[in-house]
Amino acid sequence: MSAALLDRRDVVARLLADRRDLLVVSGLGSATYDCAAAGDDPRNFYLWGAMGGTAALALGLALAQPTKPVLGITGDGDLLMGLGTLTTIGAQAPANLSIIVLDNEVYGETGEQPTATAHGTDLTAVARACRLNAVDEVADMAGVEALAARLHAGDGPLFANIKIAPGNPEKVLPARDGAYLRDRFRGAVLGDAA
Amino acid sequence: MTLTHPSALPATDPNDWRDAVYELFRASAIRQVVYVPDAGHTRLIDRCHADPDMHAVVLSTEEEGVAHLAGAWLGGDRGVMLMQSSGVGNCVNMFSLLAACRLPFVTLVTMRGEWGEFNPWQVQMGRTTPDILKISGLTVHRVDDPADVAETVDSALRIAFDGSQGVAVLLSQRLIGRKDFTAED
Repeated sequence: MSAALLDRRDVVARLLADRRDLLVVSGLGSATYDCAAAGDDPRNFYLWGAMGGTAALALGLALAQPTKPVLGITGDGDLLMGLGTLTTIGAQAPANLSIIVLDNEVYGETGEQPTATAHGTDLTAVARACRLNAVDEVADMAGVEALAARLHAGDGPLFANIKIAPGNPEKVLPARDGAYLRDRFRGAVLGDAA
Repeated sequence: MTLTHPSALPATDPNDWRDAVYELFRASAIRQVVYVPDAGHTRLIDRCHADPDMHAVVLSTEEEGVAHLAGAWLGGDRGVMLMQSSGVGNCVNMFSLLAACRLPFVTLVTMRGEWGEFNPWQVQMGRTTPDILKISGLTVHRVDDPADVAETVDSALRIAFDGSQGVAVLLSQRLIGRKDFTAED
């Protein structure tokens, strides 16, 4: 265990620093703000709602785009709402899909009420039991660095739960019109076929 | 991997509406078929699993399927969800994704609880399913006659994918046949 929990913005900035052809789906709330803070990109699909849907949306995308790495990045609250999706991902086992949870053990948007992970639910163990390739604790930036490389390795479905420091950094708000986000994402991924 | 579907399926039966729907899926370039099973969908599910050009994906809950097909569409794949009427209630918040992003979406819903239903626990969702779909912004087609199924599904696929709309096709309990609780199943 490291002395200090990781900063969510540092983690996401590092994961996306050398993203190459990575496609990103971010869960509502802080994960979406973190991805926007790391630098807007048409290949980011920001969720502003649809809680519980991040991992499922990333799975559908990964099956449609098997030659590109796909990252679903979200908070513990969103993953817990759609926890059954881990069973679906394990059964489909797409090698190009990674799910990363920024686990602050609270519902950060609504007053910091503790989630089940604050009471000991071990999402890494859950993911492993669903047959995802779950990495062990990512406790420092060297671990984040290694994880960033794994996103492109094609040995998924990869899963990582990263314990992050409490607190809400300044909100960085990306576009929130869904039809606009849809069109620019499809344009970036599919080109003229969009 | 062990799958429960048969390894060799009979050839398409032109008189079987489920086969006609499967052929329509192929002709319409449907690449991902997600489902929570219903007995009324069994043959269609089997055919989709047996097709190497389709991903047939069993879900843990129907709301997953709405998000899944949104992701599929973002990646360039057309998809369809198969479910029964009890699953429609599970989707309600996730339907906001379709409205917010104006996404194409097609679901074929086998109806329970509306015709000669033995199990009273199915009746509530049988009664409320059409209205839930409508107030969630989907266009609703209903089919009672086997001869109308393929044409109706074709209409749904066109409305959805030509115009980025959500469409549900309700396959009525009279069409599917009511579940027999007296036989081994």
